[in-house]
Amino acid sequence: MTSTTPKKSPNIGAIVIITIAVGLNLVIAKMMANWSYSWFPPQASSAAPYVDDLFALETGIGSFIFFGCTGFMGWVLLFNRAGKYDESDGAPIEGNTKLEITWTIIPLVTVFLIATYSMNVNMKLQTLGPKHKYAIGTDPTVLIAKDPKADIGPIDVIARQWSWEFIYPNGVRSSELHLPVDQRVNFRLISEDVIHSFFVPAFRLKQDIIPGSIISYSLTPTKEGRFRLRDAMFSGAYFSQNQTNVVVESEATYTNWLKTTASQPLQPGLDPGRALYDRRLARGDKGWATVPPAPPPQVNDPGDPSIPHDA
Amino acid sequence: MTTTNYDPRILKAPHPVPGAPDNWKRFFSFNTDAKVIGIQYIVTSLFFLLVGGLLAMIVRGELLTPPADLVDPTVYNGLYTMHGTVMLFLFLFPILNGFNNLLIPTMIGAPDMAFPRLNAAAFWLVPVFATVLMGSFFAPGGPASSGWWSYPPMSLQNPLGHFINGQFLWILAVALSGISSIMGAVNFVTTIIRMRAPGMGFFKMPIFIWTAWAAQTIQLIGLPPLTGGAVMLLFDLSFGTSFFRPEGGGDPVLFQHFFWFYSHPAVYVLVLPVFGIFSELFPVYARKPLFGYKFVAIASFGITFLSMIVWAHHMFYTGTPNWMRHIFMFTTMLIAVPTGVKVFAWLGTLWRGNLRLNTPMLFCLGGLFNFIFAGITGVMLATVPIDIHVGNTAFVVAHFHYVIFNTIGFGVFAGIYHWFPKFTGRMYYEGLGKVHFVLTFIGATLNWLPLHWAGLLGMPRRVASYDPEFAIWNVLGSIGAFMLGVASIPFILNMVSSWARGPQAPPNPWRAIGLEWLLPSPPPAENFQDDIPTVISEPYGYGLGRPLVEDEEFYVRRSQEA
Repeated sequence: MTSTTPKKSPNIGAIVIITIAVGLNLVIAKMMANWSYSWFPPQASSAAPYVDDLFALETGIGSFIFFGCTGFMGWVLLFNRAGKYDESDGAPIEGNTKLEITWTIIPLVTVFLIATYSMNVNMKLQTLGPKHKYAIGTDPTVLIAKDPKADIGPIDVIARQWSWEFIYPNGVRSSELHLPVDQRVNFRLISEDVIHSFFVPAFRLKQDIIPGSIISYSLTPTKEGRFRLRDAMFSGAYFSQNQTNVVVESEATYTNWLKTTASQPLQPGLDPGRALYDRRLARGDKGWATVPPAPPPQVNDPGDPSIPHDA
Repeated sequence: MTTTNYDPRILKAPHPVPGAPDNWKRFFSFNTDAKVIGIQYIVTSLFFLLVGGLLAMIVRGELLTPPADLVDPTVYNGLYTMHGTVMLFLFLFPILNGFNNLLIPTMIGAPDMAFPRLNAAAFWLVPVFATVLMGSFFAPGGPASSGWWSYPPMSLQNPLGHFINGQFLWILAVALSGISSIMGAVNFVTTIIRMRAPGMGFFKMPIFIWTAWAAQTIQLIGLPPLTGGAVMLLFDLSFGTSFFRPEGGGDPVLFQHFFWFYSHPAVYVLVLPVFGIFSELFPVYARKPLFGYKFVAIASFGITFLSMIVWAHHMFYTGTPNWMRHIFMFTTMLIAVPTGVKVFAWLGTLWRGNLRLNTPMLFCLGGLFNFIFAGITGVMLATVPIDIHVGNTAFVVAHFHYVIFNTIGFGVFAGIYHWFPKFTGRMYYEGLGKVHFVLTFIGATLNWLPLHWAGLLGMPRRVASYDPEFAIWNVLGSIGAFMLGVASIPFILNMVSSWARGPQAPPNPWRAIGLEWLLPSPPPAENFQDDIPTVISEPYGYGLGRPLVEDEEFYVRRSQEA
């Protein structure tokens, strides 16, 4: 299986065309990589720049491969089409072992480098702490020690069908997650029913919350603003409503919020699935079966979902 | 090389072929002819493509606007669950088994499958579990609505408490589908190993046979764990066990391992035969040998091997430790190597060819174009830090539809058009075929390309409603989805009218090289019957002027006289 093309002197025209094509492709790949930063929400955690850089790198490499291959297809479609009555065969090339080995080795090395680099990035993010199983009905929080590097926390994140509740170390309960900027915060993720997922797109972070397990999770917000926290693991009927906001604010505002909220009485918190469930009941409970929403959490700060979010 | 490598008793066995070849009733009977079963599979699965497509259009209709306003969210959840289930278990798996039935015996020169009755039984399980699955729409509380993953404890909730419920019927249907697939896999693998024509060594097999073999091997290894997981889920749901229930000390994440150990490789079960179709069609329509035949053949089993050790990349954010994430990131990215070998081989096949852009070739080129894109987003998803952001978002939906429809679906259409004349004996209408391609390509691109950006911006998958900033991507996606619905019209029109009154097809309308093209169109029962050709060359000898089989003139003449 070697090429049937006889050896010949290098074709200057072909070399020039290939060089121009590769150069052009490199420029396009670089432009795509730069453009890719604008496809994300703002970078609001210390993890976000790493993720975006990695994505830009892969967009660059991917664009080079994609436009290289499809450009080649375009060339072939333009110049190697058979005429209407042309029934002749193409060049009977059965393969080229050297070329085949090359296009096995180059992708192998490329993915190895990407994977090694990604592994290093992943080690830098250091978000996931220990995960412990516990018997339902016991207090899981005793199982997890405080993240020694965290400045704030542990804040208990409790996910339910379909609401979020955040309990601060001083006992404050809230439906929105208030965090001070630039401080590492530690969470204990707890689910009381099914699997949920703690996903803040502006943070570029996501962690499933597994019933029967408590998971220690840490992150550092780096930008002030209101960011959406979305349940990302399908959790039943009103899954898409199961969202709240993360309010990242200055340390002074955060401390003040924590102090004033502590004096607020407990009241029903944000319960985003309730309105749709009530509408369903009002229409005679039509539709397919669902468990009813869990009772709304009793919180000091029910939040205000009407304030627009930044991302 | 021995003169024959299949059991002569099979040839001499009295073969049950009721009815004449033009007897349409055989398609509704327990027929054991692989070509009849192949068409039964393909027609059944195309019907369910329409069912699944209709469900998808309601889903996309709901997503046309940000609030949940078209159907109740519970109905939406049931519809998208059933959309995924129908498309996988009633469209893609059966249609590829249809191709296996049509192509494996004819391409390797066997009279039929190794186990014709088992083959028919495997097909007739399809209508059985289709009925169970469709019947679940009428179960109390509606069909299963926990997604096609059926992750516990969500899938175990059973709000109405009935013993017969949508989830119960869903697990039953999936288990039956698994049994049907195992029956098929045993048959296909045995047939390929034992019943090849004389002279057809492994490295003279067409690539479709290689890929079908590699794919069916995955079925044999992967389906038992899934079935085990499904049985445990059924027991948790119906009999109060707690394999996966946290209240009883079970582990919901354990199910995810059982599920993905099969269901990730399942994608390769689907895509490998489509790689086979690409490898068959590019040489025919470029009029060139397949570039690097042996590399492409071996790469199939490279994919089979790697597919077994990548499943946990679906679980990067479930709390898996870093060492596990890293191992699975490496193995997942390694899949880019054998698939890359195939992609480059196809590009090498096109190079300096003499390209004829008829409908099957257009679908192949479109499928390859989309697959290169899907491969790149696949490597992105394999990257742990990126997956932690885009996992479970619309980005994943976009990626896997680029694989499962824009690549596999395109390959399936290419295969249908390419082998339509061979197995129906009629030509299809080229103009309608091209309209079908153009609508499908534009519709598919419009449907799934924009969703990548929705996912990058943080729109979760499986949502019935979304924040208004995602509206633009979803409107484009929905327009694309409706366009795909429209695209089915020229396709149906073409298939029905061509099969009924299309022009008679010659034995080899594409001047293709392969045993199936040495048969009359449509091939008679038992294909080559007593005169099985002896294969003397590698496949794809385009432009090399060498015969594929001994005494090729005889077979060409015989196919034309029939």
